[in-house]
Amino acid sequence: MKLYLKIWRQKDASSPGKIVDYTLDGVEGDMSFLEMLDILNEELVSKGEEPVEFDHDCREGICGTCSLQINGEPHGPDRLVTTCQLHMRKFNDGDTIVIEPFRATAFPVIKDLIVDRSAFERIQQAGGYISVNTSGNTVDANSIPINKHDADEAMDAATCIGCGACVAACKNASAMLFTSAKVSQFALLPQGKVEAVERVQNMVRQMDLEGFGNCTNTGACEVECPKGISLTNIARMNREYLSATLKG
Amino acid sequence: MGILDSKIPSGPLADKWTKHKNDINLVNPANKRNIDVIVVGTGLAGGAAAATLAELGYNVKTFCYQDSPRRAHSIAAQGGINAAKNYQGDGDSNYRLFYDTIKGGDYRSREANVYRLAEVSGNIIDQCVAQGVPFAREYGGMLDNRSFGGVLVSRTFYAKGQTGQQLLLGAYAAMNRQINRGKIQSYTRHEMMDLVLVDGKARGIIARNLVTGEIERHSGHAVVLATGGYGNVFFLSTNAMGSNVMAAWRAHRKGAFFANPCYTQIHPTCIPVSGEHQSKLTLMSESLRNDGRIWVPKKMEDAVAIREGKLKPTQLAEEDRDYYLERRYPAFGNLVPRDVASRAAKERCDAGFGVNKTGEAVFLDFASAIKRYGKEKALTSGLKNPDEATIIKLGEEVIEAKYGNLFQMYEKIVDENPYKTPMMIYPAVHYTMGGLWVDYNLQTTIPGCYAAGEANFSDHGANRLGASALMQGLADGYFVLPYTIGDYLSDDIRTGKIPTDSPEFEEAEKQVRDRMAKLTSGSGIHSVDYYHKKLGKIMWNKCGMARNAKELEEAIKEISDLRKDFWENVKVTGTIDSKNQELEKAGRVADFLELGELFAKDALHRNESCGGHFREEYQTEEGEALRDDKNFKYVAAWEYKGEPKDAELHKEDLVYENIELKTRSYK
Repeated sequence: MKLYLKIWRQKDASSPGKIVDYTLDGVEGDMSFLEMLDILNEELVSKGEEPVEFDHDCREGICGTCSLQINGEPHGPDRLVTTCQLHMRKFNDGDTIVIEPFRATAFPVIKDLIVDRSAFERIQQAGGYISVNTSGNTVDANSIPINKHDADEAMDAATCIGCGACVAACKNASAMLFTSAKVSQFALLPQGKVEAVERVQNMVRQMDLEGFGNCTNTGACEVECPKGISLTNIARMNREYLSATLKG
Repeated sequence: MGILDSKIPSGPLADKWTKHKNDINLVNPANKRNIDVIVVGTGLAGGAAAATLAELGYNVKTFCYQDSPRRAHSIAAQGGINAAKNYQGDGDSNYRLFYDTIKGGDYRSREANVYRLAEVSGNIIDQCVAQGVPFAREYGGMLDNRSFGGVLVSRTFYAKGQTGQQLLLGAYAAMNRQINRGKIQSYTRHEMMDLVLVDGKARGIIARNLVTGEIERHSGHAVVLATGGYGNVFFLSTNAMGSNVMAAWRAHRKGAFFANPCYTQIHPTCIPVSGEHQSKLTLMSESLRNDGRIWVPKKMEDAVAIREGKLKPTQLAEEDRDYYLERRYPAFGNLVPRDVASRAAKERCDAGFGVNKTGEAVFLDFASAIKRYGKEKALTSGLKNPDEATIIKLGEEVIEAKYGNLFQMYEKIVDENPYKTPMMIYPAVHYTMGGLWVDYNLQTTIPGCYAAGEANFSDHGANRLGASALMQGLADGYFVLPYTIGDYLSDDIRTGKIPTDSPEFEEAEKQVRDRMAKLTSGSGIHSVDYYHKKLGKIMWNKCGMARNAKELEEAIKEISDLRKDFWENVKVTGTIDSKNQELEKAGRVADFLELGELFAKDALHRNESCGGHFREEYQTEEGEALRDDKNFKYVAAWEYKGEPKDAELHKEDLVYENIELKTRSYK
């Protein structure tokens, strides 16, 4: 198929960016979206032009490196997939596709389609852990039985890949879904209870410091999340935060 | 023994590690504060090592090319992690895990290292649970297990199909705790460009800031390389796009021996290649072989009809299917080790029984598991006489709970519903058992330079068993390296900060700059990917699942020519002093073009078949691997001497004191 691409090009963080038009022929349905961009880049390089830079790594939907706002949607039109697993069979011959970086004040553009998501790192550094040393003599793993339902729910929260689609989907650029998934994983497990109060307070404080917006319960984040992280996590984090404030 | 000293402690096997820990030197807490350690790579091995070293009090700097330590490719590991906990009461023990791993590696790994691995495996699970890793549990709240290839017990712990992700997030959380304390400085989007040696010791690295293009000098009293494997030398593999051998290869060029480069794991269950545009291959976890049965049609005409789309696999009667693994290996069936399963798939496809358009695919079928689980579920749900449709519906729910994310991934990529029609799979490059040679302390042949995880060669011999990579990465990172490195660092308590303005750093930085200038100065005919794909084709066709002397000799010549062509004609766009993904790729491919040749040279010299290394000249009448313990029971460690063809071979004889060498049999 033949596609008309409108791609955001930006030299670096301090330069202005603009949309540039490209026409790409010979795209097949079996290609992933990023393989389509590989072909475009191969053409650009052969002409001596600089290729379009985009973040990607595992290309199997788990590392959370790839991003892209595709026709206005983070990770494009398919549901429950990252851009690297979006396949071109979701598009038609002659389509125009607008490709932009994730947009948020807290995610400044580094180059072309690459943004800086280190704000997410700092939120996790503020408390996204259980303080246990590597001693080799912690208690036996089976000495803490955990209700299967709780363990499964913690696992569901823990599947967040930290890609930032929730922020890009939100009209307020809120990071509540991401932060709440991290808070929830520990809140649901007995091991995480000990530091629960400080954890939620510190992580929320850092989230606010990074310049993310507030949550207004629109729910776009949940719809666009490639891992199906549930809004319930936000409710849980609010509950944790409230109870921490009352205790604190 | 030559110049290689494995430093394996004396004494009985089961006591070696404890004895060693008691014998080695410690650094007191106050002195640790004056010692800097550089950790390159932040996957399971690097992340765990960095967190533990910082926890102990060392000043740690971590480096990763990704934008976050948690994106390292350990995250993509699906199936699970082994540990000899014997929670299932099925007779497991440290010894059995040790034995299975040695046998699985086709008797080409070190007894002492592997025993230590088995010994600390239980601690890993305890540690991870304490960190909040949400492993799968049974209804009683206890941890669940499943089986992996090459073993007869259930010792694999898992978190759905995302075990690597959860373990890495655990290690990353441990890192975050130390970053928050200021004990780890995390450098993301940074790539190690060279290792710096001062007075023969590893004392730092030259790194490139991938955002600004700046070249930076970082010093430390020791350097840990936990930079993963080199499967991307094949271009197409299950590795991440950025996975590369640069750090290990730079260390090799500075004096670290490279061991067994030809030992590569070709994983049997990956989604087949769909076309020339393909950029990477996707694994379908080995855990699927717990419930999936592998088959091809018995009759050639059926295979042809399926390939042409005239016959559906579901239409083929049971007696017309060849469950070739169950036929050839009745004891282990579909759960034979990876190398055996891969070769068997290749054998059937080469014989003309492949089932997709390219003829390079076999079926992985869940129909009988769906029925089996459906019946069981119906019974436990109180349904006495369930109809077929109900059984299938219930069975599919069980399968979804176990492997849902893998099935979804398959459907997104292939556009077929694996609940209704069998998956198509084919082997793909997945893991490299070879790597930097290390002694029992995980130190390379450069003093102060350590290698952990997939980057070293140590524990898997010629074939790695499933769910063992996560185990080794975390064992090295949490429980081995943080102890052994102290023995070395105890000599450095009076050294003081290592300056970065020495002639050694100056020279290393100059070499890095010169190399980049050279890469960008080519006349510019072909892209970096052009060369990478060409290299990959040579590797896959001539150094892949089956190898022979003639083709290996051709490969050596072709790779050498390709490397020359690359340096003359590669086209790298953009500038050195800015974000430049083409330049990043070029540096990595340049090193693959050297490693690839050494790989072929190693495969050519090893005149035997063992594990993942299958030489067509050395096989039994039944087509099984024919090992030659008399002549090849050694680790091949290569010393850099300029061109790969001039690399010098050093042998470390493998001594088996506890296990009798046997022909591996899974029949």
